[in-house]
Amino acid sequence: MTPETIDQIFVISKHWLLGPLPATLQPIGSAVLSVAPVLVVFPLLFAITTVLERKGLGRIQNRYGPNRVGPYGFFQPIADGIKSLTKEDIVPRTADQAVHFLAPLLLVLAAFLAYAVLPIGRNMVIANLNAGVLFFFAVGSMVELAVFMAGWSSRSKYSLLGAMRAVAQMISYEVPLVLASIVVIMAAGSLSTVSIVEMQAGYTSIWPHWFIFTPWGFAGFVLFMIAATAESNRSPFDLPEGESEIIAGYYIEYSGFKFALFFLGEYLGMFATSGLAITLFLGGWSAPFSFLTWIPSYVWFFLKLLTLIAAFIWVRGTLPRLRMDQLMNLAWKFMLPMTLLNIFTAGVWHFMPVGPSRWLVCTALVVAPCILLSRGLKQGKKLQMRTYRFAE
Amino acid sequence: MTVSFLILATLTIAGMAAAMGLRNLVHCVLALTLGFAGLAALYLQLGAQFVGFTQILVYVGAVAILAVFAIMMTQSAGGLTQQALSSSWVTGSIVAGAVFAVLAWAICSSAASPQILPSQPEVSVNQIGDALMHRFVLPLEIIGLLLTAALIGAVVLAMQEKREKP
Repeated sequence: MTPETIDQIFVISKHWLLGPLPATLQPIGSAVLSVAPVLVVFPLLFAITTVLERKGLGRIQNRYGPNRVGPYGFFQPIADGIKSLTKEDIVPRTADQAVHFLAPLLLVLAAFLAYAVLPIGRNMVIANLNAGVLFFFAVGSMVELAVFMAGWSSRSKYSLLGAMRAVAQMISYEVPLVLASIVVIMAAGSLSTVSIVEMQAGYTSIWPHWFIFTPWGFAGFVLFMIAATAESNRSPFDLPEGESEIIAGYYIEYSGFKFALFFLGEYLGMFATSGLAITLFLGGWSAPFSFLTWIPSYVWFFLKLLTLIAAFIWVRGTLPRLRMDQLMNLAWKFMLPMTLLNIFTAGVWHFMPVGPSRWLVCTALVVAPCILLSRGLKQGKKLQMRTYRFAE
Repeated sequence: MTVSFLILATLTIAGMAAAMGLRNLVHCVLALTLGFAGLAALYLQLGAQFVGFTQILVYVGAVAILAVFAIMMTQSAGGLTQQALSSSWVTGSIVAGAVFAVLAWAICSSAASPQILPSQPEVSVNQIGDALMHRFVLPLEIIGLLLTAALIGAVVLAMQEKREKP
């Protein structure tokens, strides 16, 4: 088999499976065959990620992590899944039954919908929409509603507090998330995820034309990833579910499989946002070097995704949780001005002649405001090494 | 009139009706959101992707959340409120019916709604962007200025409230 065949093997097999179907069933069959792999692969990735995360966090914290079920503890998610399926589903008596039931479903639905526009490989996208990026953010905004529904319907102080925190945080960080991705839309001149990936195809000698290899692209990527971490409620932005403060936040009153659904939705959201970051800044499914193009496109997509997941786990194991005011200050006083300036930088980059001068000016336009802004925000605050009174 | 249109229209109308009829205010907002989503789906069915997605982004993502926050801030969360129908519901429904009749009559008899529908125009997001940045750039900037002023006003209001407290 040639590399092209291996690259397109899923597309070819889909057409092969569709072939014998009658013409009236073709669209439905095509939809099922496109959606089913996503419904299988990403939950599976979620299962693997939970093990990897627990083991990785364990290593960072100088302990083993799960190592009992199966080889090296890798069957742990199966045990967890059986456990959550067989657990009793407890609904608080005062809870709003219908809303309480619908919230996890809406969350998972919204998380899955986002995958419709992610190009996982060459010719491998469920829907190549004209306004794909817009679709992604539109679907992402449904998550907030699901979180609110979960928190409100539980009729518990902790879950309501968690929901309020989560919604406030998600709204605040959605602004820099969208603004950080606007630079790519400006450069690509398109909202379609497929054409954004195509814009980053091609190589200069061996180096790819990814948007991250420009000053505004790099800044945009970093800002995007910070906002994505906050958007998926992960440490250091995990205030909505801060265990030491409000126990589990908005899903505290959920048990059994509904709790697992919340977990699934959260991780699926994280994968989807990472997938969008890959699409926008890291060249989608394209290979990082021109001599590696023989490796299939979907392999590259998942390698990049796993790298970003590893970064997420690393950050989670490294940074302590932010305070609410620090969270809001970061969003509105640092991220927002930086993303706006980044849009300006992308415009300057577009209109300046190609050459080193463009690099110099745009790098200065990114670095100087970053330094000045951090200095300005630091003024009047005494920052020093934290001293621990009881633990050392 | 296709089956999908009928389903979506029923969904939208049911959502909007429930938003008016339900007793619990948060339920009303959720039903309203369902209506908004139905409207967005109708736009998508007509091939207006941009409007459809913007409808979801703005109404489902922002307006619904705003309404929910307003409810949570103004009343103790989750309390049942007064009955769904106000005392003047007869007059209200007569006025609403009259407005609907006049609008329906105006639309049906207008020259702008020819019986032969033109072929569906292909409007891409690119064209919308071009129109916004070239022909309608002045209205866009004015709206931007207005929104910025509103934002600053909100910040000023919030700050004054803080200052009053010792």
